[in-house]
Amino acid sequence: MQNEYLLSIKNVCKSFAGVTVLKNVCLNIRPGTVHSLMGENGAGKSTLMKCLFGIYKQDAGEFFFQGESFNFTDPKHALENGVSMVHQELNQVTKRTISDNIWLGRYPQKGIFVDEKKMYNDTMDLFKRLNIHLDPRTRLDKLSVSQRQMVEIAKAVSYDAKIIVLDEPTSSLTAHEVSMLFDIMKVLKNEGVGIVYISHKMEEIFEVSDDVTVLRDGSHIGTERIENLTMEKIVNMMVGRDLDNRFPPKTNVPGEVHMSVKNLTTKYKPIVQNAEFELRKGEILGIAGLVGAGRTELVEALFGARTLETGEIYIDGNLIDNSNPHKAINNKFALLTEERRETGIYPVADITFNSCISNIKEYKNKFGLLDDKKMKDDTDVQIKSMRIKTPNRRERIRNLSGGNQQKVIIGRWLLTQPDILLLDEPTRGIDVGAKYEIYQLIIELAKKGKSIIVVSSEMPELLGITNRIMVMSNGRISGTVNTEETTQTEIFNLSTKYLNNNEEAEV
Amino acid sequence: MSSVNTLDEKRFLKRTKSQWQELLTNNAIYIVIFAIIIFIIISEPSFLSGRVFKNILTQSSVRLILAFGVGGIIILQGTDLSLGRMVGFAAVVAGSLLQRPDYANRFYPDMAALPLIVPVLIVIVICSVFSGINGWVVAKFKIHPFLATMGMMITLYGILSIYFASGAPGPQPIGGFDDRYTELVIGSTLGIPNLVIFALLTSGLVWVLWNKTTFGKNMYAVGGNPEAAKVSGVNVMITTILVYVFAGVLYGVGGFLEAARIGSANNGTGFGYELDAIAACVVGGISFSGGIGKVSGAIVGVLMFTIISYGMTFIGLDMYYQYIIKGIIIVAAVALDTKKYLKKS
Repeated sequence: MQNEYLLSIKNVCKSFAGVTVLKNVCLNIRPGTVHSLMGENGAGKSTLMKCLFGIYKQDAGEFFFQGESFNFTDPKHALENGVSMVHQELNQVTKRTISDNIWLGRYPQKGIFVDEKKMYNDTMDLFKRLNIHLDPRTRLDKLSVSQRQMVEIAKAVSYDAKIIVLDEPTSSLTAHEVSMLFDIMKVLKNEGVGIVYISHKMEEIFEVSDDVTVLRDGSHIGTERIENLTMEKIVNMMVGRDLDNRFPPKTNVPGEVHMSVKNLTTKYKPIVQNAEFELRKGEILGIAGLVGAGRTELVEALFGARTLETGEIYIDGNLIDNSNPHKAINNKFALLTEERRETGIYPVADITFNSCISNIKEYKNKFGLLDDKKMKDDTDVQIKSMRIKTPNRRERIRNLSGGNQQKVIIGRWLLTQPDILLLDEPTRGIDVGAKYEIYQLIIELAKKGKSIIVVSSEMPELLGITNRIMVMSNGRISGTVNTEETTQTEIFNLSTKYLNNNEEAEV
Repeated sequence: MSSVNTLDEKRFLKRTKSQWQELLTNNAIYIVIFAIIIFIIISEPSFLSGRVFKNILTQSSVRLILAFGVGGIIILQGTDLSLGRMVGFAAVVAGSLLQRPDYANRFYPDMAALPLIVPVLIVIVICSVFSGINGWVVAKFKIHPFLATMGMMITLYGILSIYFASGAPGPQPIGGFDDRYTELVIGSTLGIPNLVIFALLTSGLVWVLWNKTTFGKNMYAVGGNPEAAKVSGVNVMITTILVYVFAGVLYGVGGFLEAARIGSANNGTGFGYELDAIAACVVGGISFSGGIGKVSGAIVGVLMFTIISYGMTFIGLDMYYQYIIKGIIIVAAVALDTKKYLKKS
């Protein structure tokens, strides 16, 4: 009974700081099959994989590999036992050759020297088996992303992997390269390898999968054989339906067009292509899309943090120049960044500093020195009006909870008196109660006539607080929908609209 | 992919032009240096002589050995400010152990003559221990190598000065070296200066170590992407420490040679050598971004630097102007190097 499955994950639970991320998740991989793991961003797919590879320790639950219970201590340990993962973001030494990378950490020795000849021959044998046509002596930075991915898969195979996890392997591949990848997967299947395949692309799932497991909000929703599934069924399993009282009432009323963006294309990768849209005064516009769809890049481009190839931004019909963040701030833009810890807060500085830093030149007195009193007063007003929970304004911001940190940062931007607020994942890593307060704040701001763009990976959030939702797919805007009239299924379909046209997209 | 290929064909002519441009940018620093050398030769044609050539090689030798040491550390994304003091330490210790028995001001008045190999091993052990401590501090506490080695630089100067002052004659420059020692270092074999032979042997050894051993490959991997090396099971800590220890070995050898080359040693010997060695590595393409650097690069870098210094002195250019030119070359080299590997975002 046990050996029917190569790998069994039983009732795994995991929570971070009281937030449950995985609830009794099960996954069973049969030998010689491809098992697709699906779910929206944040559904718990990568957390589950991290528990499997020992990067996180699960709170409860067990892993069985070939019938035996195990717990890996780190990815290397897993690799040596025949369980390997090819990450979406490749972790390779790009300045070294293919064979150097494949045998890194276990170079064949000949006396005190590395046996280059054996390394070369072994790599060639491996490539022949997998039908990969590359010279092992090529440096990785000379390869395309897909070729580097092939190398990474070959490396996994070279450890005699029984289980290979592929995390969105096709996100940067062209159709031709995808079919090459599928050929390799077929070779591995025939050798009895079990493959866990994580992807958002429906067509691929139906092409390669034997089994499909769907996760939603950290719960195991279901596992089915592919022949029993339809696309619609999977989407329903993934997104669910119900929206409860997690959102304050939407009382803002969008006015006339405030900003219009024409033909915006960014210069460097990841590229946003030909973005055209309008934002109304007092409107909350959501941007939906999968990871890597270019949402963050779009708002960064609006804010002047990315170089544009082409594109014009009009405010109330007048062309403006947002070629750097400084100009954008002068044009009354504000950007709340996605990575609060990395690019938002100054952790060891106090709340006063964190509140006033973006608006610091407004605090100069007539001697050109900073007016402490004015900064203190403004900070106190922010703390009060946004109900920031802190002992006082001298507290270091890192001692506040995530939600309160976020309020300080929003307050910082409000002090610059912006008209257009770009909020990138404003509630990431914030607990439910604090989320509600942030939503309230956003809606209040819109009511005061601020125009707001909210980028979010949480579909309920977008449906809960926005007036319209613009969906991005693979760097392009694939559609804009009225929040009142749309469904999660429609948004999901839009977000995968351009995923399979990579070749076209690359030109 | 196919569409990209046709695009390539269309842009074929344009590309050759941009390739030229790339070639120029990538080698701009060498072009500038060659221009300086040609200028030197034109102003003083006697620069092209066997004697000058020999002098330049001799002067490059110790510097090259030291550059290999710090070069390995730079490949690890590090740097080493304590190099100069290590060289000084090795020079003083080697010198104090190898004075002529009939010399008046001996550091150890009653010590019998030692076999040459003994002081060599002693200074190698001393330097590799201190450098190993640098590596351990950097790897264990994740302290930036600049700071870790700066601390070592200062500490070493203290220890070195205490040792220097503890000899029988008090704090006086150590001279009067044993003839065997002087002969070994500044003598010649078959017309080739021994120093040059040592430098060549070291180059061969370093080349094998960097390119043909697991240690070398791990060094490049850790320097290129420590995270990738770690998940592939490379012991990043051990690799880092070993790179520093090996650097220490080379500093020991360098210091041993340097004392005899100059003919005396004191607690100021070696001061500032780290900057020469680092500059030569950078000019030779050993990148501060880590994971990149070749033995040939270090050789080219050291030779270029020595030729320029020697040449500028040769044509009688004021020292102060030399500093200005050298400083600009270093920054230009780094700027161009960064440009080469810069990822556009």
